[in-house]
Amino acid sequence: MAVYSQKAFKNLCSIASTMRGAPKIPIVILVMVCMAAIFAPLIAQHSPTVGSLSDRMMPPFWAKGGSLNYPMGTDALGRDILSRVIFGTRISLSIALLAVFFAGSIGTTVGLVSGYFGGPIDVFLMRMVDIALSIPLILLAIILAAALGVSFTNIIVVIVLLLWPYYARQVRGETLSIKERDFVPLARVANCSHTRIIWRHILPNVVPSLLVLATLQAAFVILVESSLSFLGVGIPPPAPAWGLMVGEGRVYLASAWWLSFWPGLAIFLTVLSMNLFGDWLRDRLDPKLRQI
Amino acid sequence: MALVAGMYTSTKTENLIEVRSLKKYFPVTKGLIFTAVTGWIKAVDGLDFTINKGESFGLVGESGCGKTVTSKLILLLEKPTEGCVLFKGNDIGYLRGNDFSNYRCSVQAVFQDPTSSLNPRMKVAEFVSEPIIANGQLSKRIIEERVGEVLSEVGLSQTSSQLYPHEFSGGQRQRIAIARSLAPRPKFIILDEPVSALDISIRGQILNLLKKLQERHGLAYLMIAHDIAAVKHMSTRIGVMYLGKLVEIAESEELYSKPLHPYTQALFSAALPSHPEARCREIVLSGEVPSPLNPPPGCRFHPRCRYSNPLCSEVEPSLKEVGPSHQVACHLHV
Amino acid sequence: MEKRITSLLEVENLKTYFFTRRGVIKAVDGISFYVKKGETMGLVGESGCGKTITGLSLLRLVPEPAGRIVEGRIIFEGEDVLKKSPTEMRKIRGSKISMILQDSMTSLNPSFRIGDQVGEVIRLHGMVRGRTLLQKVIEALRLVRIPDAEMRIRDYPHQMSGGMRQRVTGAIALSCQPSLIIADEPTTSLDVTIQAQYLRLLKELQEQTKTSLLFITHDFGIVARMCDRVAVMYAGKIVETAETRDIFDNPLHPYTRALMSCLPKIEVQLKILATIDGQPPELGDLPPGCPFAPRCSEVSEKCWRYYPPQTVVGRDHGVSCWNVHQYQNGESNRGS
Repeated sequence: MAVYSQKAFKNLCSIASTMRGAPKIPIVILVMVCMAAIFAPLIAQHSPTVGSLSDRMMPPFWAKGGSLNYPMGTDALGRDILSRVIFGTRISLSIALLAVFFAGSIGTTVGLVSGYFGGPIDVFLMRMVDIALSIPLILLAIILAAALGVSFTNIIVVIVLLLWPYYARQVRGETLSIKERDFVPLARVANCSHTRIIWRHILPNVVPSLLVLATLQAAFVILVESSLSFLGVGIPPPAPAWGLMVGEGRVYLASAWWLSFWPGLAIFLTVLSMNLFGDWLRDRLDPKLRQI
Repeated sequence: MALVAGMYTSTKTENLIEVRSLKKYFPVTKGLIFTAVTGWIKAVDGLDFTINKGESFGLVGESGCGKTVTSKLILLLEKPTEGCVLFKGNDIGYLRGNDFSNYRCSVQAVFQDPTSSLNPRMKVAEFVSEPIIANGQLSKRIIEERVGEVLSEVGLSQTSSQLYPHEFSGGQRQRIAIARSLAPRPKFIILDEPVSALDISIRGQILNLLKKLQERHGLAYLMIAHDIAAVKHMSTRIGVMYLGKLVEIAESEELYSKPLHPYTQALFSAALPSHPEARCREIVLSGEVPSPLNPPPGCRFHPRCRYSNPLCSEVEPSLKEVGPSHQVACHLHV
Repeated sequence: MEKRITSLLEVENLKTYFFTRRGVIKAVDGISFYVKKGETMGLVGESGCGKTITGLSLLRLVPEPAGRIVEGRIIFEGEDVLKKSPTEMRKIRGSKISMILQDSMTSLNPSFRIGDQVGEVIRLHGMVRGRTLLQKVIEALRLVRIPDAEMRIRDYPHQMSGGMRQRVTGAIALSCQPSLIIADEPTTSLDVTIQAQYLRLLKELQEQTKTSLLFITHDFGIVARMCDRVAVMYAGKIVETAETRDIFDNPLHPYTRALMSCLPKIEVQLKILATIDGQPPELGDLPPGCPFAPRCSEVSEKCWRYYPPQTVVGRDHGVSCWNVHQYQNGESNRGS
């Protein structure tokens, strides 16, 4: 027992020293967003989708006509905006995680294969990357919406198609430089298969920059999803997606600013925190520091 | 395969490695979309030498001479354009299956930069045991034992196996690299500048270790370096390369006391003295090393050679025996 | 007193420390030496001994904010460099004291032509332009024996070989006729025969222009070939300093002796090379007393606690060791 607690203490200490200099406020915000996503039904006072029409268009609690029952106010259908924002974290985070996961997996595989084998495979895959990077996002989203309808799945597909080339390019670049290090030819001399070299030698060394890219991409995903929902080709109503809320509040901007303000603020703070955290992570994992 | 005149014939029991008329040309291409070959970099242009069991062969030469490419060809990291490398009489380019696996176990390498040689994200134990793991199914216990064995042979503690490379100094990392190369019980190790990236006070430790390991296991070495003193210390025979060809091969002491080829003489005289008074016959070469893209006609060294005559610029000399186990490629010594 | 009149550079008790999160790293810890006009002084030691930082300190180019010169005086041509303003320092750097670095590929800017880079220094210090500038650039390149200088000024660094590039950095260093050149391992990346050419060139140029040369290296062979005097550094301190001949004939400090005996010598075939036990020192974690104590074969109790002061033996041979009296005339009296 003593051994375990000693080990746990040591681990905590090393995590603590790894997190030295971390931007505190962004991390706090991100933790709050995660907590909100996990515990949404427990935290939110009202339902995010069902509203009471008698309480529609109420301003935030400090204004005339507002009440602490609906701290951020209500929307045109009488739904509590705070509860909607809280439930909105689930949508934003799940899309971010799923999109980054799939785009990251596809992009990393492409980048590894392309960078490691080179030659015609590399040329072909990089042409694919170039094509993918030329697809106009909005056009694609609209076409898909027209063809298949708006849905959660479709928006993830669109975002993954947009995102994977960035991973491919970055991973390919890293793979090319890792290939130059002596332990890769040494692995060939030891008769390691290509699979083993990619899996055990190249990939683990690519992971730090992948983490940074994933964090920064997550921020980008949230922005993209918000934009698409705002335009009506993202998450369909009545889901409490932040972008959708901003879009729905657009017509009321002059009179009921709070409809768009709070979800807009949520988007801004979340994206900013992710970017700041990602920047710090990149500096921290810089190979020159050689800490990890 | 034709025998090249003047090939060294071994009187010892076994030719471990035999290089025959080895050539490696790299194409130089022009154009972005439709590439055309405009020339060839003749990195290795007709190499012949042998290394015997338990022998230490040194390869010296300057950048562009092709010694690193030679080591890559022997390690099957590159395929030869022409010629072949024989291992115990078999062409390594045609090895398959078990024979290939056997070759991989028998021939290992230690490279120059100990930091680059180790994967920073792999524990020492896994790194050292990789040649064994990749070449057969052995039980975990046997692998662990072997890792422990080789680590202690190179002078590292057993606990080192659970650490990561960044916790070691440069000299210790090179020991880890040596331990890895010993793991599959090789017969032949290529040492590519094994100590030039290390501090002076550590170099002796590593060179002594390598010599001790050679005596204990009967290893053969191919030592590539530009520090002639270190090569002479480690090798029984030395080959001097210039622009992709061997210009002289001899036993170390003989090469030092009686260098015949003008380039060998210049190389030895350019080596830094070990005493201020020892400013010996300083032969300073004029000009730069020509590019392997366009080697000079005839003898490749003739533009920088102080003894060159018209024949040298027309006919390329080949390696000829001029004494017991001493060969030289020079018209002066025919 | 006689030293001060003829010496071009005099360093007194120089201390350059790096202040990091892990503690204070005493890169240079109280070194003193001098360089006379027209002579070549060698600063020799292994990696981490502080020789490069010494060179940077002389030009006040120590990386900030972590590094700082905390103590000492650097008297160059009679004036203390450490008391000069940034403007005055800029006038000195490149024109009175210049530097040649190890890696020519990174000393030269890959995006500019050679002619422009050599010309930049001349222009900044000499205030010349146009045709006069061009003339001076070609002269500088001819001085370092670059063939076809008029054509070469249009080349980019990557179009030249390593040896050529190193000559260009030499040309840049010499272009304003400095009194002192600091050369930090300029030949480490060069081939043996190219190194020989380059060292010969440096020697001839030095004799021609009477420039003093501070040669920083890890190679005693270079010291033997190039230097008139030499100082041996270990863990930020100078452990021994003498004329070159004296150091080779009669090395007194155990580190110097060990270092010189551990290299393979081409003239002698040894079975086993001598080694120095242990590992190079951790600069942030040095014991009080002599930093070589953990690895010294002659260590005594005193060595661990107190750093020995410099004793001067014979003619200008200084050594910092408690056991130096045992090694007079190259003989050890230990064990008696």
